[in-house]
Amino acid sequence: MLRDIFNKKRKYATISKQAEREDVPEGLMMKCPSCRKIYYRKELEKNNLICLNCDHHHPMSAKERIHALMDANTFEEWDVQLTSANPLEFPDYIEKVEKDQKKTGMNEAVMTGKGKINGYESAIAVMDSRFRMGSMGSVVGEKISRAIEKAREERLPIIIFTASGGARMQEGVLSLMQMSKTSVALERFSRSGGLFISYMTHPTTGGVSASFASLGDYNFAEPKALIGFAGRRIIEQTIREKLPDDFQTAEFLYKHGQLDRVIHRSEMKKIITTILDIHQDGGDRS
Amino acid sequence: MKKNVLPFEKPVVELKEKIAELKKISGESEVDLSEEIDRLEERLEHLEREVYENMAPWDRVQMARHAERPTTLDYIEQLFTDFLEMHGDRYHSDDEAIVGGIAKFNGQPVTVIGHQRGKDTKENIRRNFGMPHPEGYRKALRLMYQAEKFDRPIITFIDTKGAYPGKAAEERGQSEAIAKNLREMAGLTVPIICIVIGEGGSGGALGISVGDKLFMLENSTYSVISPEGAAALLWKDSNLAKKAAESMKITSYDLEELGVIDGVIEEVQGGAHRDIDNQASKIKEVIESSLHELSQLSEQELLDQRWRKYEKIGSTTFVLERTETPVNE
Repeated sequence: MLRDIFNKKRKYATISKQAEREDVPEGLMMKCPSCRKIYYRKELEKNNLICLNCDHHHPMSAKERIHALMDANTFEEWDVQLTSANPLEFPDYIEKVEKDQKKTGMNEAVMTGKGKINGYESAIAVMDSRFRMGSMGSVVGEKISRAIEKAREERLPIIIFTASGGARMQEGVLSLMQMSKTSVALERFSRSGGLFISYMTHPTTGGVSASFASLGDYNFAEPKALIGFAGRRIIEQTIREKLPDDFQTAEFLYKHGQLDRVIHRSEMKKIITTILDIHQDGGDRS
Repeated sequence: MKKNVLPFEKPVVELKEKIAELKKISGESEVDLSEEIDRLEERLEHLEREVYENMAPWDRVQMARHAERPTTLDYIEQLFTDFLEMHGDRYHSDDEAIVGGIAKFNGQPVTVIGHQRGKDTKENIRRNFGMPHPEGYRKALRLMYQAEKFDRPIITFIDTKGAYPGKAAEERGQSEAIAKNLREMAGLTVPIICIVIGEGGSGGALGISVGDKLFMLENSTYSVISPEGAAALLWKDSNLAKKAAESMKITSYDLEELGVIDGVIEEVQGGAHRDIDNQASKIKEVIESSLHELSQLSEQELLDQRWRKYEKIGSTTFVLERTETPVNE
């Protein structure tokens, strides 16, 4: 019983803050970080991981996102086998990647492929912030560029869900170059009349924000998602003033004209379907 | 002389001073020191070669940031004629951290754009230390569209610590401004030649450096984050910047090895600021040969080549190892 869990005080006393944070998403129970209410994970999953109490949008893994958006048994994954080398021979890098592979069941921080959304076929790339904070290294850049390229060849629209802390430091300038690489792929895609929906989720910052995430024909974001170029702390240090609480949230960007819409997760599938429907016969100029 | 001496070049400077002193003494008195002076000058030559040919990454970082290092406008003056600066992004303001305009290169009309640092505090404030806001990138893009319309090659000079991390910059869409430049530069139908002349700081540098050719001056750097930033992030200690400069692979030769750039432009001994005329002529040769090579291509060939170039970047840094997804838990 739920009541029993609360009564066993010992259990709580032994869990360190760090362990608690790591444990919560994996376990049976889940605590909303926003309102601190505790749920059965299954219950939350049924609600697309939106808090039933305060509407907080919990982060979704790539698999969960695809499951929530795509029609059952229509998803075909691309380039599963691509995994990182260590181009800069950075100490411990491969170990860290392998650890995250175990944790997430993914080979890298993005899952790409194609599938159907209410019957409309589309290419998709979904980043997963649990894998090296969703940072963009060569494999992430390559998988996203290949997905864009495949979408162009197969004349499919592409939807990219971003969740990324930015560049992957351990790959240095090669990580930076993925910004141009993905943007170059999008230029070719756009020229062929392809439709690109950029869907920013928490967090979308740095190099990802300053490349493909901002280049959608439609730029959307989830409520309260952190989106921005530079880190909040760096900005505060530079300008020596405190920033407003809503700084770099989806709502902040929306207010400043940077987003087409902030979309509640319960509306995600409906709105994407409408856009795919409107573009069904258009946008094919070549 | 003493003012801008970098730590690693101290022995050279000290020896130079000693020689100057001896020369002075020799001129003022009857003592013949010519033999001694000759000997020291020979030693100096050796020492200079040794010091400047074995620069560590951190030495190059300091050279790239050297207060006297030539800036975009210095090179523009040397390399082009009839340069006319154009201002403003047409939306918000004129960002002086990026300069741009039209000019002639060997008589051929071109568009020139570059980051612009200040040479003193006053100018640095005006130019925001060469760290652009979104309007800088938008001005650059406006000038590039114009170049495309009138079929002029574009030459850009990269020299920035990064795009400015500020509140207004975020409000006006720093990310979007950079991202849009990356995509649009990929599709411009005129040759684009990019040259890193100082610091190539992350997305802020990238925002004007997508093109057909990317070169770096020998002592310039190009990196995803400053060595200080990397050290703070990776080891929580910005004092380890020197170590970060080494492990992050940010020098021109590192990037050449990683296959990211098209070539290194050699610097005059002791750094570009020692002889800007000579340095400019080395840059000029590279621009000439690149323009000649790219002018042979049709518009479509130019774009195809540019796209392929970016498709290839980083292709050696992933492996096709696993045949299936690792099992969760």
